[in-house]
Amino acid sequence: MGSLIGCSADTRTSEMIEALQLEFMRNALVAGILVSLVCGVIGTLVVVNRIVFLAGGIAHAAYGGIGLAFFMGWPYVAGTTGFSLLAAGAMAAVTLKAKHRADAMVGVIWAVGMAAGVILLDLTPGYNVDLMSYLFGSILAVPVSDLWQMGLIGIGVIAIVTWYYNDFLAMSYDDEFARLRKVPVTFLYCLLLGMIAVTVVMIIRVVGLILVIALLTIPPFIAEKFTGSLRAMMVVSSALSCMFTLSGLWLSYSLNLTSGATIILVAAGGFVLSAFWGRLRAMRGFGMIRGTQSSE
Amino acid sequence: MAEIIIDVQGVWFAFNGHPVLQDVDLKVERGDFLVVIGPNGGGKTTLLKLMLGLLEPNRGTLSVFGRSPRKAVHRMGYVPQNVHINKTFPVSVLDVVLMGRLRTSSGWSRHSRQDRLAAQAALERLGVWALRDRRIGDLSGGQLQRVFIARALVSGPEVLFLDEAMASIDAQSRGDFYEALAELNQTVTIVAVSHDMMILSSHVKSVACVNRDLHYHGSGEITQEMLDAAYRCPVDLVAHGIPHRVLCRHEDQRDD
Repeated sequence: MGSLIGCSADTRTSEMIEALQLEFMRNALVAGILVSLVCGVIGTLVVVNRIVFLAGGIAHAAYGGIGLAFFMGWPYVAGTTGFSLLAAGAMAAVTLKAKHRADAMVGVIWAVGMAAGVILLDLTPGYNVDLMSYLFGSILAVPVSDLWQMGLIGIGVIAIVTWYYNDFLAMSYDDEFARLRKVPVTFLYCLLLGMIAVTVVMIIRVVGLILVIALLTIPPFIAEKFTGSLRAMMVVSSALSCMFTLSGLWLSYSLNLTSGATIILVAAGGFVLSAFWGRLRAMRGFGMIRGTQSSE
Repeated sequence: MAEIIIDVQGVWFAFNGHPVLQDVDLKVERGDFLVVIGPNGGGKTTLLKLMLGLLEPNRGTLSVFGRSPRKAVHRMGYVPQNVHINKTFPVSVLDVVLMGRLRTSSGWSRHSRQDRLAAQAALERLGVWALRDRRIGDLSGGQLQRVFIARALVSGPEVLFLDEAMASIDAQSRGDFYEALAELNQTVTIVAVSHDMMILSSHVKSVACVNRDLHYHGSGEITQEMLDAAYRCPVDLVAHGIPHRVLCRHEDQRDD
């Protein structure tokens, strides 16, 4: 970021205005903000429930859906969403019924889903989609129709999480106690995996498989340390996610780099900074506790 | 005789084919302060979870307030063994206690004004209202334990189950903690599980020893026979400094 700040303010603003006049850049910006909002909310639930691996499994299994949709000639959204929901359902069943074997089973679904997607694309006659575009996404080529879809899914996710907020909180913190309080834990768990599946499918085409996992984990992981409630963690994760996405987009535009990968590296930079900051704070906090103890 | 609120009859439970509990009978009266002791792995926690309806017995019957545990669960409070789970979780003390008020109705999971007042009352009762805005991970073991008891009490239960409640409390604060429990016991039946015999204070009204099978003793005392039966080997009874009625008194000393 140093070189960016180094160049004169005038050229920077004019470059920015120039970029914003391009429709694809405006769409990319809106897509980035929408993706950040959803990832902040869902990612927070994924991180506090420690199901990052499961979310990764669903995201990779979605590849099978992409392959299937192209092979059968189905519309992308229907085919991929259906397939991901199936994978999420299988994972929910496995993690609820056979907890001790859950991680291995998730690994199997992860790999098989992805392999099936590749083979199905191989078998699809004629034009073949570039799988790379699904790895890093194509945020610079988001059509307006996708933005509407993302907006709707975003509203749906936020509405569901608001409605069940305290139930999700109780389930994530202590599921056994939540069960005793008649919180529908199994239903909420399946609902959460379903929401992950739907959002992953929506986001994968825009920012790619790798960025989905990065945005679901890095911002919430940073936010967890500095917030006092799940709600605050969601808001801070969304804000951080926005910051990383927008600055990453800007960097990739001005340095002519792959946007998805640049966003991830910016997020990783933020993560390293936060780790240092957290350590510094902890050291200072420790000193303070010592101080009060000795003064008592 | 007081009303029997928990009735365990001939309960068997096996985990992965290994018997954990064999033919256990237990009755708990309203107003009792029962402590269940026994060695680690002896089935104490299992018995507690059976009474809470978190586990189902393989054989035998179990009723709480005359109904199956699952149907009576709203009248029970539960303080789990491990209060140190999820210490990095971003949640305040007040929000943890409010979890105890969940699902009084279906629909939006919002907390009402009554929920907040009940949470305040429970935290004040346990003397930790001042900690309400602290993050849960910043509390000491004793404070955490009080917060978790507040969470169990906030729904106004008639019976309170405590699993290894002493484990996270340092020796100095145990006295206070017993006092707090004894005060609660005036209105709430208490069933506490402990592998630590130190929990037996003068406030305890009855004791049961569990090691696959159960030995019940009608008063807050342990006899050598109970221990021998429960631990399957001779165990020395050791009393510590504070004058507790842990040991059976000799007949000639009995004066109450």
